[in-house]
Amino acid sequence: MFDVDKIRKDFPIFNNKVNGKDLIYLDSAATAQRPIQVIDSVTGFYKNKNANVARGLHTLAEEATISYEAVREKVQKFIAAPDQKEIIFTRNATEAANLVMRAWGEKFIKKGDKIVTTIMEHHSDFVPWQQLAYKKGAEFVVVDITEDGQISENEFEKKVKGAKFVAFSAASNVLGTITDSKKLCQIAHDQGAVCFIDGAQSVPSVKTNVKESNCDFLIFSGHKLMAPFGSGVLYGKTEFLEQMDPFLYGGDMIREVHAERNSVWNELPNKFESGTPDVGAVIGLGAAIDYLNKIGMDKITSYEHELSSYLLNALSGINGLRVLGPTEPKKRLSLAAFSMEKIHPHDVSALLDADGIAVRSGHHCTMPLHERLKVDASTRASFYIYNKKEEVDLLVQSLERAKKIFS
Amino acid sequence: MEEIYQQFIIDLYKNPLNFGKMEEPTYRAELGNATCGDSIELFIKIDSNGKVSESKFIGKGCAISQASASLFTGYLKGKSVEQLNIITKDDCLALLKINLDKNPSRMRCALLVFDTFKKAVDQKS
Ligand SMILES: Cc1ncc(COP(=O)(O)O)c(C=O)c1O
Repeated sequence: MFDVDKIRKDFPIFNNKVNGKDLIYLDSAATAQRPIQVIDSVTGFYKNKNANVARGLHTLAEEATISYEAVREKVQKFIAAPDQKEIIFTRNATEAANLVMRAWGEKFIKKGDKIVTTIMEHHSDFVPWQQLAYKKGAEFVVVDITEDGQISENEFEKKVKGAKFVAFSAASNVLGTITDSKKLCQIAHDQGAVCFIDGAQSVPSVKTNVKESNCDFLIFSGHKLMAPFGSGVLYGKTEFLEQMDPFLYGGDMIREVHAERNSVWNELPNKFESGTPDVGAVIGLGAAIDYLNKIGMDKITSYEHELSSYLLNALSGINGLRVLGPTEPKKRLSLAAFSMEKIHPHDVSALLDADGIAVRSGHHCTMPLHERLKVDASTRASFYIYNKKEEVDLLVQSLERAKKIFS
Repeated sequence: MEEIYQQFIIDLYKNPLNFGKMEEPTYRAELGNATCGDSIELFIKIDSNGKVSESKFIGKGCAISQASASLFTGYLKGKSVEQLNIITKDDCLALLKINLDKNPSRMRCALLVFDTFKKAVDQKS
């Protein structure tokens, strides 16, 4: 049984009122709320173990380093990576994408090479590749979606022909579409392309196994899976990470520095972790992974499917409301971006806010997708493990009220 | 927040005033708000007496930005070129008669027409 009432008790933020009303937080796709276990682990670190990592030899520094490296192992197991040194800590998914763009892309992409991504990508998984293509004179190809908001394998296969690098997200932050990453990776690999997966939305909700999907790179952000801001991850296969040069130069990424001859890079993963990391955030990431594991990723996915089918069904009862993305609940995350006739998304979210309901409106960092769908902006309600079906009902009530005000 | 959605604002959203294009305006500019996809194009005509004879806009956006544009274009009519130069943000906000101090993002919506106006008068068409 998935005990959402018990889970909610772990989240202190739900004790707060917003505009005098209970907080109904439907913006987890932007950032999740944090359970007390994560908050306590961060304060506990600063209270008891605070020291810089991988530098000092004193006891406290050793303890901090051990705790920090223990999280690397947790992440490795969480995504089923073969080796700990393939886990690089970054500040967020965006920084991880830029690391790959600079350290792999700028070294290996040449004029005339083909780079492929999809129309449903977040700007973080779109702009780096577009810029890389401009800089190098490479060809930039964008895979379209079907009318149902999915990646068609046929279309993907056609576009990927002859590509050197292919990037796609395992789940879309607007359409909610969950892609078949294993299949798409295989298609990319058959063409000899390097395969990069944006897991920012999928890793919090769906069990991730990089061995099974066989991707060459995977990125995600801790804050979307209840870890502190400032904890991000790049996974890369050893063979690729070894070929790449550092992304940031400075302390810790270096083994030997001499005034009169070139420096020698440190080994993985330190080669890519220059400068003092956000140790506290990484410690919190460990606690968040423990929290997710305790509930179980499979249970989380099936609860999200339950929520998403309830949500899609409820929204389909509102006249003049158009949900973007697949109609099949099992093909999507528990989120829905939608547009409403005659009401601008800004006004929708402002009116919901008056009822204590937090949703996001705008283009959600997916301008190419909104252009493709011919909508200027949309409103997005996104649910996570602490949300209840009752909150879907309240959302629907509030949307009906907004409609009335504008009728 | 809810007091923002007064009836006159909704009415202006549904039936905007001074909405439309203008042939040969004296001033013209277009401005967008990248975070929400809103945009406004503003036209102002100055007559031989140096006064605003006509002021219009086209665009799309939320109720606040559209109502603000309706009211502000009306406010400009009859003003002299000298008067145009001293109009402030607060003059624009006062027309809406709602307090947006605690809503910085909605404030940007309300001021989109003002920013477009500033751009127009600074770069005579
Ligand atoms: C699919 C997807 N990719 C990438 C990102 C970027 O994440 P961050 O801003 O944490 O780097 C997001 C966050 O909104 C996302 O939803």
